[in-house]
Amino acid sequence: MNDVSARPRLQLAVNGERHDIPAPAEERLSRILRDRLGLTGTKVGCDAGDCGACTVLVDGEQVCACLVAGGQVVGREVLTVEARDPVLDRLKESFLTRGAAQCGICTPGMLMAARALLESTPAPSRAQVEDALGGVLCRCTGYVKIVEAVLEAGTISEIPAAGEAVGGRLAKVDGAGKVAGTEAFGADRAPADALWLRVVRSPHDRARFTVGDLDGFLRAHPGLERILSVADVPGSNAHGVYPDLKDQQVLADGLVRHRGEAVLALVGAREAVEAIDVDRLPIDWRPETPALGLAAALAVRGGPVHEGHADNVLARGRLVKGDVEAGFAGAAAIAEGRVETAFVEHAYIEPEAGFAVRVDGAVPEIHITACTQSPYMDRDSVAGIMGLAPEQVRIIPTACGGGFGGKLDLSVQPLLAIAAWLTGRPVRCAWTRPESMAASPKRHPTRIRARLGVDGEGRMQAFDFEGDFDTGAYASWGPTVTGRVPVHATGPYRVAHVRNLTRGIYSNGPPAGAFRGFGVPQAAIAQEAALDAVAAELGLDRLEIRRRNALRAGDETSSGQVLSASCGLVACLDALAPGWQAMLARVDAANAAGGAIRHGAGIGCMWYGCGNTSMSNPSIMRVTLDAAGITLHSGAVDIGQGVNTILTQIVADALRLPAGAIAMVTGDTGLTADAGKTSASRQTFISGKAAELAALDLRRRILSQANAGADATLRLDGAALMVEEGELRRALPLDEIRLEGAGSFDPPTTALDADGQGVPYATYGFAAQIAEVSVDRELGTVKVHRIAAAHDVGRTVNPTQVEGQIQGGIAQGLGLALMEEYLPGRTENLHDYLIPTVGDMPEIEIHLIEDPEPLGPSGAKGIGEPALIPTAPAILGAIAHAIGAPITRVPALPHRVLETIRRAEQERAT
Amino acid sequence: MTMFRPENLDDALALRAEREVLPLAGGTDVFPARAVDEAWGRPAALPLLDLSGLFELRGIAETDDGYRVGTLATWSDVIRAELPAGFDGLKQAAREVGGHQIQNRGTLVGNLCNASPAADGLPMLLLLEAEIELASRRRRRRLLLDEFVTGNRRTTLAPDELAVALHIPRPPGDVPSRFLKLGSRHYLVISIAAVAGLVALDGAGAIATARIAVGACSPVACRLTALEAALVGRHIDGGLVPLVAETVPPALSPIDDARGSADYRREAACVLVRRLLMESHSGRVAA
Ligand SMILES: Cc1cc2nc3c(=O)[nH]c(=O)nc-3n(C[C@H](O)[C@H](O)[C@H](O)COP(=O)(O)OP(=O)(O)OC[C@H]3O[C@@H](n4cnc5c(N)ncnc54)[C@H](O)[C@@H]3O)c2cc1C
Ligand code: FES
Ligand code: FES
Repeated sequence: MNDVSARPRLQLAVNGERHDIPAPAEERLSRILRDRLGLTGTKVGCDAGDCGACTVLVDGEQVCACLVAGGQVVGREVLTVEARDPVLDRLKESFLTRGAAQCGICTPGMLMAARALLESTPAPSRAQVEDALGGVLCRCTGYVKIVEAVLEAGTISEIPAAGEAVGGRLAKVDGAGKVAGTEAFGADRAPADALWLRVVRSPHDRARFTVGDLDGFLRAHPGLERILSVADVPGSNAHGVYPDLKDQQVLADGLVRHRGEAVLALVGAREAVEAIDVDRLPIDWRPETPALGLAAALAVRGGPVHEGHADNVLARGRLVKGDVEAGFAGAAAIAEGRVETAFVEHAYIEPEAGFAVRVDGAVPEIHITACTQSPYMDRDSVAGIMGLAPEQVRIIPTACGGGFGGKLDLSVQPLLAIAAWLTGRPVRCAWTRPESMAASPKRHPTRIRARLGVDGEGRMQAFDFEGDFDTGAYASWGPTVTGRVPVHATGPYRVAHVRNLTRGIYSNGPPAGAFRGFGVPQAAIAQEAALDAVAAELGLDRLEIRRRNALRAGDETSSGQVLSASCGLVACLDALAPGWQAMLARVDAANAAGGAIRHGAGIGCMWYGCGNTSMSNPSIMRVTLDAAGITLHSGAVDIGQGVNTILTQIVADALRLPAGAIAMVTGDTGLTADAGKTSASRQTFISGKAAELAALDLRRRILSQANAGADATLRLDGAALMVEEGELRRALPLDEIRLEGAGSFDPPTTALDADGQGVPYATYGFAAQIAEVSVDRELGTVKVHRIAAAHDVGRTVNPTQVEGQIQGGIAQGLGLALMEEYLPGRTENLHDYLIPTVGDMPEIEIHLIEDPEPLGPSGAKGIGEPALIPTAPAILGAIAHAIGAPITRVPALPHRVLETIRRAEQERAT
Repeated sequence: MTMFRPENLDDALALRAEREVLPLAGGTDVFPARAVDEAWGRPAALPLLDLSGLFELRGIAETDDGYRVGTLATWSDVIRAELPAGFDGLKQAAREVGGHQIQNRGTLVGNLCNASPAADGLPMLLLLEAEIELASRRRRRRLLLDEFVTGNRRTTLAPDELAVALHIPRPPGDVPSRFLKLGSRHYLVISIAAVAGLVALDGAGAIATARIAVGACSPVACRLTALEAALVGRHIDGGLVPLVAETVPPALSPIDDARGSADYRREAACVLVRRLLMESHSGRVAA
């Protein structure tokens, strides 16, 4: 008999080396590679075969390392991203220069899948590449640049000339580690002696519970060090993202309000913690009737979710301008758009992870290394929870494997901090995929009605909007959503009479918070549908009606703000117009042939305020010159969107030095100043401006030190900075000099009054997208063939990155429109919760419009969220065009599309 | 938890007879199920019995009366194997299972033993009239698949048995079979409905034999025997539409779930069956 498990060791061949590893045979290969061999380039996004981040080659074939037991690969060759391999090297280079890695968490899996293909098929077709990559999910890139990088591996791509960094395709400054697999994400590193923490979560949507004898349980389980309960929270158990609204619990205090809420935390040796059957813990559950969905929540089913909110209404948003009834009275045509949307999961491929260490000095500190989008907010929140001063908490962000708003809230930080604080030992944890999905915030489900009145020429007269947003069990960023939506709800158009009302509703769903667009993507669906409907009534072209109403410089927005510059929507529409006409013609021709497949074209526009709504949200940047050379100290977290590269380019140009001369220190609250959160499409605009000012400041100081004039050139020459101007040549030796430039920027805004009037944002991004789809009339399936996107970005700091943001945004917009629906307990894994794969992506054409923003760095403004907002309206408009009826419930799953078709047929028949 | 890794079938069957173990083939169902349990704090209880060391269970081979598919044959093995046209649908099904990673590891037999209602292997294997060979220390037996998979996650595998092979009779004629899968994304998607068909016409263009099976629309994929019988002797034309609408839905018992409603599944199954029939006529591939 051959019982491998009786043998303590496994002999494995990895990357050409033989290893003799003390691992049980049943252990997943992914875990052996990562934890026993330190090969953390192999990532874990799900442990279930669904994401492909763990893809490695076994005897040359791609497999998910999370689905293979170590014992199964004895005697076989395993190849990982760390391998030295010429084909892999070419791919890495190609991924780096073509911007195929954004956050980089999917990159090793993509590389290995591509490596398997190129080995057998050195010159693959696009279809072969898609087939080979079909098993690896990417949430950032929309796959376009990944496919290109594989197709063109081995060819040299354009490398930007030094000097003029802004506008060039500078490769990601932090990209080398991402393609090499050496970049450390939340789960990749921790002190060797760290204890393991696992959260015990509620299996119920709403329940009361009591906890029995934990001490007894602890004693009966050797290796288990501690069980944390609410009594162990040293400071405040209540937390939340607003100073005055802290409704969320670190650990539940006898009442859970959503499935997945944290109840206890087990801390100890990993094996001991993982061996514990949670069902045996002394928890006595008393499930209660949950309020799931907006209808149940508004009916206060099962009683209020929170005391003090008897009607479950958490927040209201309001914007009123003119006299909306009068506006409708004078309208030539009136139409409505309605939509219901679902919880949408961020589905970043990196589940939340990190570790905490207690550092005992004169004043004890807690240091937390974890993935996050908002280090300073984390610091302050953890301080409150720990009952410590903010200075006693240090947040060290790891590389962030995707965020999209979902890593703005606290995740692993508080429990890690408490556990490390109380045990005095380092403590680490990594959430599993189902737990990440059950516990992290979502995009708000909505029920929206938008009513629009236009004059005979299609000019918008009156707009009336009501939207309910299900914020789930806790506020998270709910009030930000209800506040942001009314400002944006009309879309990027001139309207005289407006009434936009929103409500944020508590329910027993998962907390809904920040997700790329803060409610605006959902609002845009109903608003753009209303616009399509009035265009149809008047027989106007859908692009033309948008052009007529588009906000232009000098126009007043519905909040009464006069836009003085950088309003490129008309230019966006003009860029798309020829393609739109061609698309309509193609669609008509295809439909003339008849058959079950109907084609349709759709258009969506959007505007989006960069930065926080009517709130000070400054960023502070420092650029230093010292023995280390030139260093940008940035507290802005790069979550894959590329802010590190953007800031480097801006700083390089402001200093007039090549980008390669700039080093960076990022994110660590101990080493950098507060740059604010990576959210609201604010980092390029706000931190970019601050970095530009800091660099200009440093340049001034350098020049004055060297007694040089404003046009002097700088050059790093070994250990000295050379300042040259005509005859003047001065060398500033780096080890003798210490100069610092500082810059801060806070975009000018004003508070909104009770009617929502004021200046909520300093600048807005504008965009339009058109989509071509086909719908199978008999099956209700939708295929998106083409999307053309025109975005006014002010100034393109880095075309590769802007394109990457747009392509990735389109992928998320497509998911929102067609397939993504989070149902607690039912789609809490990446098997049942579907995000687009490489095979779902349309052909994408991008037009970058540059209507410079005077306040922005080199004229730039944000792109992160704008990329996604017009996509769903364009796709849904195209479906409506194809089938002759609007989709009122998204995602437009095949059965819903078919229902809509049937209903429309019945209505036409009667 | 432990794992046993026998090197021959006798040892494997001995282990299986001695204790409760969970057979492990490609692991593409076993490990995801564990991931769910682990996430909710339920540690795995059963030791694994890894079959991947049993070389005798590998490969796809031609036999006197058909083909023997070893229990370790993966979806990729099926795609690569030289097989007659009647297996085309099985290859199509294989290409649409997960992504390459899953096809390289997942086995046909694992797919059957896992007994998911949406298992993509079963419709084609039902229509090819495959038998599964089960072995234990007590006996060897062969079962038709409708005697083996009896319900959602239910099979007639005895606790001391292992599946060792599939036996597939040579398909009739040289007629290509066809598999149509409906899902809401490309790659990595579980079927909302799936249809497999093999339709042979006689010299006059009338249907000589028709075998059609539907997956994901009942607890176990099933053959549409009423339709099959009614099709014989008929021509492929518009007249099939009412016949399909009449015979298909009563044969199904779909459920409502996150992927689609029961009504939708019934309707989609009819559409897929119709398309499959039309294609066997024209040889064209539907979009
Ligand atoms: C990302 C992903 C996508 C997928 N996509 C699809 C899809 O599109 N269509 C589809 O049908 N399936 C899909 N699956 C499911 C899975 O891949 C298939 O069912 C696969 O064929 C299972 O084979 P396996 O060898 O991996 O089985 P394993 O996981 O090893 O075993 C499955 C079950 O069968 C038992 N078993 C295995 N072999 C034997 C034996 N010889 N004797 C007795 N019992 C045995 C095991 O104990 C277990 O209960 C997907 C899975 C994943 C992770
Ligand atoms: S971690 Fe293995 S597929 Fe996701
Ligand atoms: S770059 Fe692919 S998931 Fe982030």
